[in-house]
Amino acid sequence: MDPLDRIKEQIESNPVIIYMKGTPQFPQCGFSSRAAAALQDCGDKFAYVNILADPEIFENLPKFADWPTFPQVYVDGELIGGCDITLELHASGELQKMLKEAAKKWPDEEEGQQN
Amino acid sequence: MNRQQTIEHKLQQALSPMHLEVLSETHMHNVPEDAESHYRVTAVSEQFSGKSLLQRHRLVNAALAEELANGIHALALHTMTPEEWSEKNGHTPTSPPCLGGGAK
Repeated sequence: MDPLDRIKEQIESNPVIIYMKGTPQFPQCGFSSRAAAALQDCGDKFAYVNILADPEIFENLPKFADWPTFPQVYVDGELIGGCDITLELHASGELQKMLKEAAKKWPDEEEGQQN
Repeated sequence: MNRQQTIEHKLQQALSPMHLEVLSETHMHNVPEDAESHYRVTAVSEQFSGKSLLQRHRLVNAALAEELANGIHALALHTMTPEEWSEKNGHTPTSPPCLGGGAK
């Protein structure tokens, strides 16, 4: 599949998804680590893509999003931002609300796509 | 002009900030000391008024598009309006340690 179509499919089928370096368990970048930790702290489900394991996404996502850096967090198909914005939203309590709302949108039977 | 000065110059032009701080954090990372690759920017500008964080960061990214395409690996951003800046008493967070996954 075309990488841009794959990205589109991923952010549309996962109500909350983070594109990061490494995984939430084994992050490979301090910024990715902090953003994933903020999502985990909210206690709701989220999907992740390890861009270091998927060079095609690594290369194409900045172009797709018009956003030059990683991590990138998408809620409800929309980019909310990178590490700094995610942390600011977490500190203000806004992230918790957004994720709680998005959590209702996961399909019942299907687990979130986790690469 | 080194990269830090270039960043300062471009952001002065683009944002007319009342406060601007550009810190090189390259030394904190797994790259050569002269890599000029990791920066933290704190910008306080009227131009951020009425804009979401996403829109503010897009403004900064656009001003630094050339640098971001040519070797800036990390750009931590703190964007505030003058009102927000005074509420926070000029406090900005610090960067995390690197963890080593610098593939690009």
